[in-house]
Amino acid sequence: MITTYLFYFLSFLAIMCALMVVFSKNPVHSVLYLVLTFFTIAGHYVLLNAQFLAAVHVIVYAGAIMVLFLFVIMLMNLNKDTEPHKKPWLKFSAAIASGLLLVVLVGSLKGAETIVPTNAFNPNIGLIENLGKTLFHDFLLPFEVSSILLLVAMVGAVMLGKKSIK
Amino acid sequence: MSAIQVIPINMYLLLSTVLFTIGVLGVLFRRNAIIIFMSVELMLNAINLLLVAFSSYLSDGKGQVFVFFIMAVAAAEVAVGLAILMMVYRNTKSTDINILNKLKW
Repeated sequence: MITTYLFYFLSFLAIMCALMVVFSKNPVHSVLYLVLTFFTIAGHYVLLNAQFLAAVHVIVYAGAIMVLFLFVIMLMNLNKDTEPHKKPWLKFSAAIASGLLLVVLVGSLKGAETIVPTNAFNPNIGLIENLGKTLFHDFLLPFEVSSILLLVAMVGAVMLGKKSIK
Repeated sequence: MSAIQVIPINMYLLLSTVLFTIGVLGVLFRRNAIIIFMSVELMLNAINLLLVAFSSYLSDGKGQVFVFFIMAVAAAEVAVGLAILMMVYRNTKSTDINILNKLKW
């Protein structure tokens, strides 16, 4: 029973914070609301028995990526006054378009068949031991390739961030 | 007690659809490039949530491993994207995407 209440509470909080990310005037407030959204999603992961993933999510997203965003916003000195705005009719059409996308997606998911789980329910699937086994048995090559991706991204970020490129 | 025993998978489908749509709304609604980046992050997280939900619903760890890869790609994307944004800001003194219309037809 308490799981159900927790699910609805976290879902409500996630959707509200996500809406505030889009609609708040100050970019710093947007970042802080996005951090709150990430914490609620981490709560969902805990509810889904993905404990290790919840910890990684908090560390990577709320700890690393959002701090990067916050640094960049403070470096650029953005605030409410310098914030550009779209024309009202463009905002209206954006809201209509995404509302229609929501209607289409929900409508297409309404008629979908429900899946039947083939495996027996295993609550230990999200523990680090099982995840590590899956990662290093079935996904060893993608794991190594993603390390190359991170290296390339690091080199690219340093190159782009330099003052002048000759 | 786990959530998947009391919450049907349709609720997770609905939740991540709504979060994804809010991300799309943010991309269409705002002109600040940083907010657009954050909306893209929101969309990625909606997909991550759905992958984890299906993974634990089917008791298959592969979905959660996939989320790790998405996180790595998102981290790389943010690092390069924010570097590009810093360069844009240095050249135009603004993060307004309407200034960046040189490639527009």
